[in-house]
Amino acid sequence: MSMAAEERSLRAPWVLTAPALMLFVGVLLIPLAMTVMLSFHDWGQYKGIEPVFIFKNWHEIATDPYYAEMFWRTFRIAILTTLLTALLGAPEAYILNRMSGRWKSFFLLVILGPLLISVVARTLGWALLFGGNNGLVNKLLMSLGLIGSPIPFMFTETGVVIALAHVMMPFMVLSVWAALQRLDPQIENAAMSLGAGPATIIRRIIMPQIMPGVLSGAIIVFSLSASAFATPAIIGGRRLKVAATLAYDEFLNTLNWPLGAAVATLLLAALVLIVVGSNALIERRYAEVFR
Amino acid sequence: MAYLELDRVAKQFGTQTVVDDFSLSVGKGEFISFLGPSGCGKTTTLQMIAGFLDPTRGAIRLEGKDLTAIHPAKRGLGIVFQSYALFPHMTAAENVAFGLEMRGVPRAERSERVRAALAMVGLAGYEDRHPRRMSGGQQQRVALARALVIKPSVLLLDEPLSNLDAKLREEMQIELRQIQRTVGTTTILVTHDQNEAMSLSDRIVVMSQGKIEQIGTPQETYEKPASAFVSQFLGKTNDFAGTIDRTVAPTQLVAGSWRAPAPAGLGGPVTVSVRPERIGFGDTGLSAKIITRIFQGNHWLFQCDSECGPAIVIRQNDGKAQPAEGDAVRLTWRPQDMSVRVRAGA
Repeated sequence: MSMAAEERSLRAPWVLTAPALMLFVGVLLIPLAMTVMLSFHDWGQYKGIEPVFIFKNWHEIATDPYYAEMFWRTFRIAILTTLLTALLGAPEAYILNRMSGRWKSFFLLVILGPLLISVVARTLGWALLFGGNNGLVNKLLMSLGLIGSPIPFMFTETGVVIALAHVMMPFMVLSVWAALQRLDPQIENAAMSLGAGPATIIRRIIMPQIMPGVLSGAIIVFSLSASAFATPAIIGGRRLKVAATLAYDEFLNTLNWPLGAAVATLLLAALVLIVVGSNALIERRYAEVFR
Repeated sequence: MAYLELDRVAKQFGTQTVVDDFSLSVGKGEFISFLGPSGCGKTTTLQMIAGFLDPTRGAIRLEGKDLTAIHPAKRGLGIVFQSYALFPHMTAAENVAFGLEMRGVPRAERSERVRAALAMVGLAGYEDRHPRRMSGGQQQRVALARALVIKPSVLLLDEPLSNLDAKLREEMQIELRQIQRTVGTTTILVTHDQNEAMSLSDRIVVMSQGKIEQIGTPQETYEKPASAFVSQFLGKTNDFAGTIDRTVAPTQLVAGSWRAPAPAGLGGPVTVSVRPERIGFGDTGLSAKIITRIFQGNHWLFQCDSECGPAIVIRQNDGKAQPAEGDAVRLTWRPQDMSVRVRAGA
């Protein structure tokens, strides 16, 4: 190969990926770097943003328990949502996988349904069902005399978790579904022929094999739940802030952009750490199943 | 008395009959093959014995007891699946131990039996390997050990060798036969590979379209095929159209210019079936022209154009001169080397 041709073949991958790379750098990396920089700027009620390099915002987040509470709530909601989706989604995927063709595609559509509807419309639906005295379900239960006062749903963590779990369910189901596709179709028969009952087959044979699917679904659900905005904003409202709604409020209501940037940066960093860390752990633990 | 007995077993899916009127009795320790093309119902029959499918009609009995009334988990049969269906998250030893664990065999005895089973299939030292780190042949052996370690009353093999390459398949055939002889387990093998069925089994059940075509020893099914299907499916065969001539005495069987005394009890148009290796070149007989001649090391393969249609002839490479392409030859065979059937539809 001539020198020129060699040079060209070395350049080719860069040239070919350049458009995508430029987009990636332009709309993701640069704004991200600017946000990180912004978090070190100063801000005052009257002077606005001052482009200096100080740790004021970070110090405030680290010392004020208000922020700690906010982040704990964010991760508590994300963990509970993840558990709920795993607990419901894994059996759902298993049952779905055992259905016959036509029903399978119908119910797959039902499960994917939430993804096809705007998150705002879907969350408002929950509000219509459970929102205070006027919520449909509350009204019905109260008129039947089953409950004295409306079920607390709006502005509660439980409400946020349930609504988030509903939104996130497809990601869990699809992830477990993908793991189930890798299963040998005869594997349950094999276990049965060796004398295993249905419960043993689920626990000893199926569960360990779909665990990687559950865990990768959990990572997706966790990171999306921790950074979710619309659902906590509508169900949680002003009273029940999470990291994402807090950053939003700092940016658009208080206009303290540097503090909002610090909150957003911390959320991102925490999520990246958690996701990368748990992913590494899972891959090590389930090396044999992943092969 | 029959050890395993299938009595007029049938299976229907909707209106489609997949297995029909399947009766077979298997002796203890016997090695039986279900042989047929895909879709002939052999796997369905095996799955009915295993209990993964329920027969629509008929009975399956093991030592006189109704097997269909027993849950598949309680039948105590050893099964090797085509895909092996090993548990990928368990080591080889854990895979083999699973059945013993389900039977509540104490830990010490369990590990002893697992070790012995893996040693029997030639996998001593592979205890801690995971299936996905093993070759196809090794996985196959683990599957066999897993099925045999529970001392099954019947061993069911569902196309166990079809995923192996040709050389390994041959090795495994020999090994499988040796293991089966040593352990003495009654075995049923499902296969579409006639060589596999012939080299392994005591008896072959040839199936086609859900029905049994013939049950017999490998020699019987090869030498005396009960139907055109069997002779076509087991090895290569030449079918010549012939007639039985009753105008002469004694009556004669005529195929082209080949003639022989007619077998008793037949008349009219017949099909004469001769294996290619039983045909020789002679001075009289069916006249033919050699189209191609292929040298295959230990034998020659001739494709001929005879007066009764295309014919193939296999001759041992015994060092003697062989006719060349384009030569006019006469094909001849001994009457005992052919099977004669009344020609259907003629």
